[in-house]
Amino acid sequence: MAENIAITWRRIPERYRLAGSQCMTCHAKFFPPRKLCPTCRRKGKIESCAFSGKGKIFSLSEVHSAPAGLELEIPYVLAIVQLAEGPKLTTQLVDCREKDVKVGAAVEVVFRRIRSDDPEGLLHYGYKFRLVK
Amino acid sequence: MTSTGIVGYGAYVPPYRIKAEEIARVWGEEPERIIKGLGVKEKSVPGLDEDAATLAVEASRNAIGVAGIEPSKIKAVYVGSESHPYAVKPTATMVAEAIGSTPEVMAADLEFACKAGTAGIQIGMGLVASNMAEYVLAVGSDTSQGRPGDALEYTAAAGAAAFIVGRQKEQMVAKLEQTCSFTTDTPDFWRRQHAEFPTHGGRFTGEPAYFRHVMGATQMLFEKTGMKASDFDYFVFHQPNGKFPLEVAKKMEIDVEKVKPGLMTPIIGNTYSGASPIGLCAVLDIAKPGQNICLTSFGSGAGSDSFWLTTTDLLPQNRTRAAHNLAWYVERKKYLDYGLYAKHRRKLKSL
Repeated sequence: MAENIAITWRRIPERYRLAGSQCMTCHAKFFPPRKLCPTCRRKGKIESCAFSGKGKIFSLSEVHSAPAGLELEIPYVLAIVQLAEGPKLTTQLVDCREKDVKVGAAVEVVFRRIRSDDPEGLLHYGYKFRLVK
Repeated sequence: MTSTGIVGYGAYVPPYRIKAEEIARVWGEEPERIIKGLGVKEKSVPGLDEDAATLAVEASRNAIGVAGIEPSKIKAVYVGSESHPYAVKPTATMVAEAIGSTPEVMAADLEFACKAGTAGIQIGMGLVASNMAEYVLAVGSDTSQGRPGDALEYTAAAGAAAFIVGRQKEQMVAKLEQTCSFTTDTPDFWRRQHAEFPTHGGRFTGEPAYFRHVMGATQMLFEKTGMKASDFDYFVFHQPNGKFPLEVAKKMEIDVEKVKPGLMTPIIGNTYSGASPIGLCAVLDIAKPGQNICLTSFGSGAGSDSFWLTTTDLLPQNRTRAAHNLAWYVERKKYLDYGLYAKHRRKLKSL
C-alpha cells in the first residue's frame, strides 16, 4: 500500500536527518517535532533542532510476522531508542538479531530504505539504528 | 589554477559477505581456479534495505566528520553510480537532503561505469577553483550487478566513498596537485536501458579497455607533472579484480608494494564507482604527511581519470574525526550462503 506522497515529503527532514524541535523556554526537545510545547503552552517558543543520532536501547522486540512490504526482512528487531538528547522513538535495528541486543546498549543512526511502493512506485528512505560495538 | 584539495573523505562497506568459494560451489566451478584467476576471496553484499543512495549517505557523513564543516556550506553534490535506485529521480538530492546541504546546492547524478566518482572529484575541483562553490561533495557508490553464473558474479560488490573538495589550505588533508583524463569510445562493458545485468566483452575488457586507459592516464599524469613512478609513495588503480592493478604496476615498473595498501577488491570485491575511491580512502587512512599518491580510476566505455595528491600535516589528526573508518567497515562481516545472497540481491524472479 503506497504512502501518500505529500506525507512522505513532509516527513523527509525528520526521517532523513532526525530534524526535531525544542522549546526555547523550558529547553525540552521533541521528536518528531512539535509545534507547541505541552508544558509552556503559549509561553513556549518552539525552534527546530537536529539530533545527534546517538542513543541507547530502551526496549526491543523481534518481529517474525511482518506488515506488508517488510516480509523479506524478517526476522528483524524493532526497538524503542532513547536519543542522547532525551526523546524516544520507535525504529528498526539493522544488521542484528534480538539475541545480540541488550537494553541500554549504545546505538547510532543510519540511513536506509524504509519501504518501497512496488514495482513502479516511490522508494521511501529514513532513519534506522545500528548497535555501536 | 587555484589550488584545491580534499578536506574530508569517508567510506562505507556493508557488513554482508559471500565467499567466492560459495558462488563457485553453486555453479560447479573450481574455487581455487576462480580465486587464483580473479584474485578475489570474497565480496561485500548490500543489506536488504541498502542501495547506492544509502551507501552514499553513510560515506558522505563520514567525510563531513573528517572535514568538520557545516554541511550547509557544501554547495554542490555529485553522486556517481551505475546502480542509482531510480532511472529518473536523482540520488544526489537524497544525499544532499540527508546530510543537510539543501536547498542552496547544485546537484546531479553522474554515470560513467566505474569512474563516475572520480569524475565528480574533477567537477568539484573546477567549481571550487573557479569560486563557484566553497565545498563540493563527490561520491562514488554502487551496489553492482552480476548475472548469475557469470564471471562478474564473483566480484560485483557494494560500497561507497565520498570526498569533500575545498580550497582552504588550512583545512586540506590532501592537496589535489593535478588531474587529467584519458577517454575513448571503447565498447568493453555496458548495460542497456531496462536490462537487469550488464554485458561485457570478456577478454576484450583487458588490454584495449582497462590497461590502455589506466596506463594511458597515469602516463599522461607523469608527463603533465614531471613526476616519475619512483616519486610516488602509493598508487591506487581501479580494481575490477585483485590482479589487474598489480599487472599495471608490473608493466609500468611500479613497486607492487606501493599498490597493495590501496587494493581492497580481494577482500570486499569490486565496488564499481566506489572501487578506486575506496582504495584512496584505504591509503589516506594510513598515509603520513607529505606523501605523494597517484589515483587512476577506470570506467568502461571507456575512460580513466588520474590524480596526483599530496597529503598534508592535518591528515593524521583529522582522519580520526570520522564516525567509522574503512577498516571498521571491512572488519565487521556477516557471511551469507548463496540462497541468502540471492534473496539480498533479489535474484529470484518472484522477489
